[in-house]
Amino acid sequence: MQRRQFLATTAATALAAATGSVAQAADKVKVGFIYVGPVNDGGWTQHHHEAALEMVETLGDKVEMVYQENVPEGPDAERAMTQMALDGANLIFTTSFGFMDATINVAAKFPDVKFEHATGYKTAPNVGVYSARFYEGRAVQGFLAGKMTKSNKIGYIASFPIPEVIRGINSAFIHARKVNPDVEFSVIWAFTWFDPAKEADAATALIEQGCDVILQHTDSTAPQAAAQKAGNVYTFGQAADMAEYAPMPRISSIIDVWAPYYIARTEAVLNGTWESDNTWDGIGAGMVGIGEISSAVPADVKAEAEALRDSIAAGEYHPFTGPLKKQDGSDWLAEGETADDGTLAGMNFFVEGLTGDIPS
Amino acid sequence: MIRLVRRPMPSRGWALATPLLAVLLTMIAGGLLFAALGKDPLVAIRTIFWDPIMGKNAFYYRSQLPVKAAPLVLIATGLALGFRAGIWNIGAEGQYIVGALCGAAVGLGFYPAEGWYIFPLMVIAGALGGFLWAMIPALLRVTFGTSEILVSLMLVYVAENLLASMALGAMKNPDGFGFPGSRNLSQYPAAANLEIWPGTGIHWGVIAALIAVICAYVVLARHLLGFQIKVTGLAPRAARFAGVDPKRLIVICLGVSGALAGLAGMFEVSGPSGIVSIDFNVGYGFTAIIVAFLGRLHPVGILLAALLMALTYIGGGIAEGQLGLPSAAILAFQGMLLFFLLALDVLTNFSIRLGSGQTRGGV
Repeated sequence: MQRRQFLATTAATALAAATGSVAQAADKVKVGFIYVGPVNDGGWTQHHHEAALEMVETLGDKVEMVYQENVPEGPDAERAMTQMALDGANLIFTTSFGFMDATINVAAKFPDVKFEHATGYKTAPNVGVYSARFYEGRAVQGFLAGKMTKSNKIGYIASFPIPEVIRGINSAFIHARKVNPDVEFSVIWAFTWFDPAKEADAATALIEQGCDVILQHTDSTAPQAAAQKAGNVYTFGQAADMAEYAPMPRISSIIDVWAPYYIARTEAVLNGTWESDNTWDGIGAGMVGIGEISSAVPADVKAEAEALRDSIAAGEYHPFTGPLKKQDGSDWLAEGETADDGTLAGMNFFVEGLTGDIPS
Repeated sequence: MIRLVRRPMPSRGWALATPLLAVLLTMIAGGLLFAALGKDPLVAIRTIFWDPIMGKNAFYYRSQLPVKAAPLVLIATGLALGFRAGIWNIGAEGQYIVGALCGAAVGLGFYPAEGWYIFPLMVIAGALGGFLWAMIPALLRVTFGTSEILVSLMLVYVAENLLASMALGAMKNPDGFGFPGSRNLSQYPAAANLEIWPGTGIHWGVIAALIAVICAYVVLARHLLGFQIKVTGLAPRAARFAGVDPKRLIVICLGVSGALAGLAGMFEVSGPSGIVSIDFNVGYGFTAIIVAFLGRLHPVGILLAALLMALTYIGGGIAEGQLGLPSAAILAFQGMLLFFLLALDVLTNFSIRLGSGQTRGGV
């Protein structure tokens, strides 16, 4: 027993000694980024990385940036974070949902290091969480999809059946149906965030089923390439603008805009004002960007889409406004009622009209 | 002219020397790769091989070595028994997943009960899960003559889908706000596989790995089964004459390697990982194949090889973080290790002759 305590105490002391104490304003901070994919994936991770580089460019020599890519979720992530903390990082961004428990565990060992976990829900005094209201962008995509489809069949390449993805499908569907009551959605669950081969297969399958608009919640440009080959199919950029596929097939995009947040949080550590937060920002705050609506879209449709975007940004319109029913026909939101953040955060049901089940 | 002449017997000296030579050549070729990427090769090599053991913060990295090596040792030890007999279980990754799922199912089933018996039951369930998953290729091979290589490999993808379905459905944390992933078993005391001595990284899986190494050593050196495995690998026909039942051997070798892989998965899911998540498996089952060969299919060699692989993972991570090396460079570096080892095997089985003399003992 004594030996156990001795070892535990020495380990704790050594950890504390290794990190030092950074409570007050600092002249220079070391910021670490843990990425789940490669920094050139063309989507999610690349966008985080570019935002990190933009943060470095903005803050100049007040900040030193380190990163590790392709970090598997689980104990390897814990080691990568511990390593950064031991090497003197003051602020660590962990940019994938699967890093959640690892972030909490490591943060408990390094009370003086600040952690920011993307898309999770567990916080601590030194762990903040941040995510973007991508469903606001999905509303604009759904609107465009409903207007642009001729076959009335819209394909959706989903990644994992988690609330964030389900929210996106619901939001897109609601707004597609609103402008085109005949529209049907085909959802393919790819069970990956990034796998060009799987994504290309999914896109090809959807196109063969007659879908002429494809939305994706996966990060590669493979669906864009498949749509380009088919010729008459519209797509949307995901996470990144994917402008290389504009004006056809890519007619717009949802862009993750992380840089302002990274700059603000790093500055907060520099100023000694950092506090644990729970940020969930959308188009209005600039965390979700709507990529240029391309010339393939008629001018009046484009104007309407932009008006929708602006009303969401201004807070005048909530994408989940009643009357809305769940897929099983039960009531969800009454006329004029809007969804609360708690329900949205844990959304695990389809809205009425969507076909197919959420895998479980 | 340089010619290769097959040795009558593989050279014992070269068999021991090639792993060391392979590591050395990997360092040189890897150094060239790092230099081409604009990094100081000496610093990179030192960061990968030296810093985790002796560098600053080594107290932490040393504790991570057993964590990373234990699953590799457990899986590779089992695989090596089969590989020696020419029985190719390529699907340890799948057995690892199913073992983890079975172990976790028992733990989650008992939640939140307390009791000393829960963890041992999980261990049994984990081993049984891996064993049964490995029985599928074993029985198909024995009854229908299917290739255990293909069947066991394909079952990895089945296991991955089973894992995803469990993480999203039956084992999803009811308090997890609809997000995928189970409860954290490492935070449930009756089911947690924690460090036995804090700060050392030694958990029950490490103990199990050491026991597996000792058992495998004894079996290979002293037991009839070990003789049967070795003789089957060297001369299958002779083995048949010596009374070896090849079907029984297939079932035993696949069963043991499956059970050990299942144990590895169970210790991982209840300890370092803690959660049944969609991406729970990170390739230990495949890396263990490299480890088994790097360790010359010998239990002690596997132990050392697993520590070396763990070192390249941990050191590679440090090099990525500190030197900004891309993760692909570290993967290439690990690939070189296997490449050089296999290439150098030529020296074990062949001798190099200069000039054009007559072949002695050629095939």
